[in-house]
Amino acid sequence: MAVANTAAPGRSSFLRRNAIWWAALVLVVLLPQVARSGTAIAVLNQMCIMVIFSLSYNMLLGQGGMLSFGHAVYFGLGGYFAMHLIQLAGGAGFFMPLPLTPIAGGLAGLFFGLLFGSFSTNRAGTVFAMISLGIGEMIAASSLIFVKFSGGEEGITADRTDLTPFFGHRFGSEVEVYYLIAGWMMLSAWLMYRFSRTPLGRMANAVRDNPERAEFVGYSQRRVRLLSFMAAGFFAGIAGGLFALNYEIVTEETVNLVTSGIVLLQAYIGGVGFFAGPIVGAVVYTLLQTLLSNYTEIWAFYVGLIFVATVMYAPTGLTGIIMMHLPIYRVRKLRTLALPYLKVGVPALCCAIGVIGMLELLHYLSVRAVGQSTKRLFWMSLNVEQPTPWIVFGLLAVGGFFVARRMAPALVAAWEAASAQAQGRGER
Amino acid sequence: MLELIVFSLLNGLVYGLLLFMLSSGLTLIFSMMGVLNFAHASLYMLGAYFAYSISAKVGFWPGLVIAPVLVGVVGALIERYGLRNVHRYGHVAELIFTFGIAFLIEESIQLIWGKQTMDYREPEILSVPLFTLWGTDFPAYKAFMLAVSIGIFIALLLVLTRTRVGLIIQAAITHPNQVAMLGHNVPLVFTGVFGVGSALAGLAGVIAGPALGTFPGMAAVLGSIVFVVIVVGGLGSLWGAFLASLLIGMLQTFAVAVDYSLEDLFAEIGISTSKTSALSDLYTVTVAQIGPILPYLLLVLILIFRPTGLFGKREV
Repeated sequence: MAVANTAAPGRSSFLRRNAIWWAALVLVVLLPQVARSGTAIAVLNQMCIMVIFSLSYNMLLGQGGMLSFGHAVYFGLGGYFAMHLIQLAGGAGFFMPLPLTPIAGGLAGLFFGLLFGSFSTNRAGTVFAMISLGIGEMIAASSLIFVKFSGGEEGITADRTDLTPFFGHRFGSEVEVYYLIAGWMMLSAWLMYRFSRTPLGRMANAVRDNPERAEFVGYSQRRVRLLSFMAAGFFAGIAGGLFALNYEIVTEETVNLVTSGIVLLQAYIGGVGFFAGPIVGAVVYTLLQTLLSNYTEIWAFYVGLIFVATVMYAPTGLTGIIMMHLPIYRVRKLRTLALPYLKVGVPALCCAIGVIGMLELLHYLSVRAVGQSTKRLFWMSLNVEQPTPWIVFGLLAVGGFFVARRMAPALVAAWEAASAQAQGRGER
Repeated sequence: MLELIVFSLLNGLVYGLLLFMLSSGLTLIFSMMGVLNFAHASLYMLGAYFAYSISAKVGFWPGLVIAPVLVGVVGALIERYGLRNVHRYGHVAELIFTFGIAFLIEESIQLIWGKQTMDYREPEILSVPLFTLWGTDFPAYKAFMLAVSIGIFIALLLVLTRTRVGLIIQAAITHPNQVAMLGHNVPLVFTGVFGVGSALAGLAGVIAGPALGTFPGMAAVLGSIVFVVIVVGGLGSLWGAFLASLLIGMLQTFAVAVDYSLEDLFAEIGISTSKTSALSDLYTVTVAQIGPILPYLLLVLILIFRPTGLFGKREV
């Protein structure tokens, strides 16, 4: 576990033991001072919500071994319930400060986690995955049918500033909302981390790895899964509640399979084997979504490519790749990897440029207006009707790929040598 | 009423057999490799788009042959260079991989063809009504869909039970190691089955494209339904998939035709319901409206109470 490794056990002081949490807290507090623009704050808000959502998803996939295709159900229903609470409190004017409304979402997530978990957590694996898919489709379809509750395709909206002021704050500005969301994020992340350290969290790992042995030790695998499932539902509901108060609208999109897919994507790209993995995944995904989409319309395709590449070549995710290098860094041997990395990295970059070039040109062919033939790409104007750009990008892609593949064994060998040294140092 | 029943039956049959063309490949792939292929419906969509592009150049009929072959090749490549590498990480990783492929195919279709619905039409000769009953036309194209689906079903049955290849495939499902010992190239059989299964999905796309529309969301419309079919039918059971396809097809077409709600039921037995309560949606919703939910309800119920499916022998 990423966080566990950096926090030295027992003896050291409270401040030192939780150093990474304090660092994260400082970062979260200071970020809006650095990124002041409205869009930057909006991106941060989205990021924080997604971090909670992905972490809750990883309670299922990473820690409990339950592959869910319907986790957005708890996110979206949490959003709907929180939104109804905001509407009610705003209309009736009873005492309900905004920062507490996500709890309604969390409780909704908990309740539906109990309801759906009670019959879906009997087994993990494919059965669980299929049931979660079925429930996901059912809830998504229902949210379009039960219009009184969900507002149909338009969704439901409310004004968050209608609520009781919270110590004088009405949460009209983005920054105020940011601190609210970030506060919930820190609290939720810390609670989820603590959860993973409890006996229940440990048993969830045991049930994931070997349910039969867990049963023999005396734990009901079903109950362990159900409790993890409910906890995951609770935090997904919190994230949904924050989504509701941030965007002031909840639609069918929050419960449907696309959202369920995105959270799987985030968690997996980040690395499901580590507590910090989904955080990395959510941050990277949100950045890709918000920044990359400024430059290209086909950003989702690139995200898909990254996802498939992660599944095929780096199943431990981005965090896994970082963690692979941590022991080498500790013995100060990272330098020995620089040259092999350069030998693979440069051709790989060429390959990436080639692939991106081809894809962008291909996409341009389908969207261009009649008569247009020049595409701005990599600070150049390219004529798609001439073969030259296609040939150059094609050669870069193919050539880069083969050179990178030839150089890869040397990199693996260098890494293995360095990590063997690191291990030798560790044992001594 | 009779008109309704006859046409619902016919439409249900067309839809159900289309589902079977998709689910037969999926269920074969599952029973051999234990992989639920999320990308199966995406390959179906790919078939429709390939056929659209081919038909724009050389016409519908060549597309009917070429597009499924292309999709089959794509499927075989996915198995050979993707799935086989991921296999060592286990079933969950395989499931996630096919999910990623499904995502990628959908995005690449939007990348190449754009987001709009394609103008992919049936050939002139089939765009006439075949017969008219009680003033309602039954299009010739639907009859054509029916004929292709039945043809595929019979061909599949014959290949699997009457040919040498079919016997090897059946043996490889239950005893892959034994088959490998006997000198057969089992990984090649896997790739072949995956390719043929993909080609069937592609063919389904080719013939469904003009009827159901060729648009980037067409995989999502059928994707989960196909899972319902193979789980309800019993994983690995071809007959189960056949019957479940028809069941789901009928269920959906008949549900659409029934405009009846709980409120009507209450009214018959003399209970009046309040229109203003928040739960009133629950009463006024008609069977036609909850039609899309029914297959998934069936899926969940089957998985809870009979994980082997209706006709399957092994659990999911």
